[in-house]
Amino acid sequence: MTAAIEDLLGPAAPYSWGFLDEQSKREIRRAILTAVAVPGYQVPFGSREMPVARGWGSGGLQVTLAIAGEADVVKVIDQGDDAGVNAVNLRRLIASTTGVATTTDAREATIVQTRHRVPEGPMRAGQVLVLQVPVPEPLRAVERGEAEQRQLHAEGDYARMWVSLYEDLVRHGVITCTTGYPCLVGGRYVIATSPIPRWDCPKLHQSEHLSVFGAGREKRIYAIPPHTDVEPLTFEDVPFEVERTPGAACVLCGAVEAYLVEVPGRGWVCSDTDWCARRRRAS
Amino acid sequence: MSWALRVAGLGVIYGGGCDRCPERTGPAAGAADPGLDAVDASGPGASRVVCDRCGSVVAAWDVSFEVAPGESLGVIGESGSGKSTVLRTIAGDLTPWAGAAWLAALDGGATDLFTLDRAARRRLRAGDLGMVYQDPAEGLDLEISAGGNVIEPLTAAGWRHFVRMRSRAAELLGRTEVPVDRMDDLVHTFSGGMRQRVQIAKALATSPGVVLLDEPTSGLDASVAAGVLDLIRELSEELGLATVVVSHDFQVMHMLARRVLVMHHGRVVEEGLTDQLLEDPQHPYSQRLVAAAR
Repeated sequence: MTAAIEDLLGPAAPYSWGFLDEQSKREIRRAILTAVAVPGYQVPFGSREMPVARGWGSGGLQVTLAIAGEADVVKVIDQGDDAGVNAVNLRRLIASTTGVATTTDAREATIVQTRHRVPEGPMRAGQVLVLQVPVPEPLRAVERGEAEQRQLHAEGDYARMWVSLYEDLVRHGVITCTTGYPCLVGGRYVIATSPIPRWDCPKLHQSEHLSVFGAGREKRIYAIPPHTDVEPLTFEDVPFEVERTPGAACVLCGAVEAYLVEVPGRGWVCSDTDWCARRRRAS
Repeated sequence: MSWALRVAGLGVIYGGGCDRCPERTGPAAGAADPGLDAVDASGPGASRVVCDRCGSVVAAWDVSFEVAPGESLGVIGESGSGKSTVLRTIAGDLTPWAGAAWLAALDGGATDLFTLDRAARRRLRAGDLGMVYQDPAEGLDLEISAGGNVIEPLTAAGWRHFVRMRSRAAELLGRTEVPVDRMDDLVHTFSGGMRQRVQIAKALATSPGVVLLDEPTSGLDASVAAGVLDLIRELSEELGLATVVVSHDFQVMHMLARRVLVMHHGRVVEEGLTDQLLEDPQHPYSQRLVAAAR
């Protein structure tokens, strides 16, 4: 005798709005409020089990699901691409558990969840950028102990961070850190701008939009509110530089002033596919 | 003001502590107790650092001294006598149980160091107070370059100019006789004597008025130690530093310190000019210590 799987499961209990239960959403919203109130401070939160593996965007997903309302329009990108596997799956999950509208147009979105990029075009007031963060702790390379890391943040003691930048310059002649470049937020906390390229760091400075960083595996949420200073750590006599390849231009839209990625054998293309497509439609 | 550093009534107790800890411990604890008979009150067990009422360890008690600018004060005693505890408490590595300490350079000597919060204590270490540890691994990060170690207090003090910090590090390392062409080498590739010289350079980075030295030459062989001691003496004279040097070695005291405190079981048992103390120790413990050194 075999029973159909449906019989064993019984009547399906519908998920609550946004997959997470109400208590969880409330806790995450509280963590976000604290993070906004103390820019750059990593707020611990009870990261829930999500239907994606930790380290695959579970932190960003929890933030998005906790803040999404019926009127929101959600865009999800992975490396600037709306069609990346991770982006497609997360967008479907968000849409099916909330019913919110989705878009690929950064201008229409109210929430942009992202891994590795900030949209190329300017974001406006009222938009929320949700970043998926694998490693939220900028001090990890210089201090392994979690209690010590917290102590250093609490005392604003970033001397060893500066020493590591000094060592980098001495050994390599340049600061080698590429993604997740450490930035001082609001003159107080150093954050890992996890893992967006240097190119995107200036977009977080005095921005119109709110940026919320969610690290699911590490159980931390931090934020950069609009109109907050975000300064990449660098020496007075060593200017902060962003990625540039001399002579590179997007083979699709011709853009030079954009974050470009190399397609082997094809040349350079814009990392932000939506922005690139809009430029091509306009011309 | 005649002092650069003043310490009054410093006490460090590990464990719960009780109000009778001070009288139940120290070199004369057994003898002072009227409840003990003559046999119990004498011998090696009578003098102790563990309070027999509450079991707390009284590592240091009622330690007071002043050091003038340009002066060097020695603290001598056997292992476990509390001399390093005193130094580390002033440096901010340990929390005192009692007492106060003032730096002339901090608010004109008006602020007790022990009332400052941790961040302010740390700023002091990147400013008016330098410390050299016995083990270079404690004072330095061996996995970064000599220059990187020396600039750490500079960055903590707010220096942000790469070239200026680098030339300051080169200047300091040159002064402490570390070959400047090795300033970008990792410290773990250095010999013990060179590591100690890097530590001294780091302690001097922000031109502090007071430098604390905890057994600065104990891990070094005699000829290297002599070189490091010479360097410390030259630098303190040249820069007018007030130094407190802790050691169990009378040679070190002889070379560096004009005035010496003798510590035993957490108490200062004798204080005097180094030469005088070496020639004519008064306290029975000092006499034993001097006799043992001969």
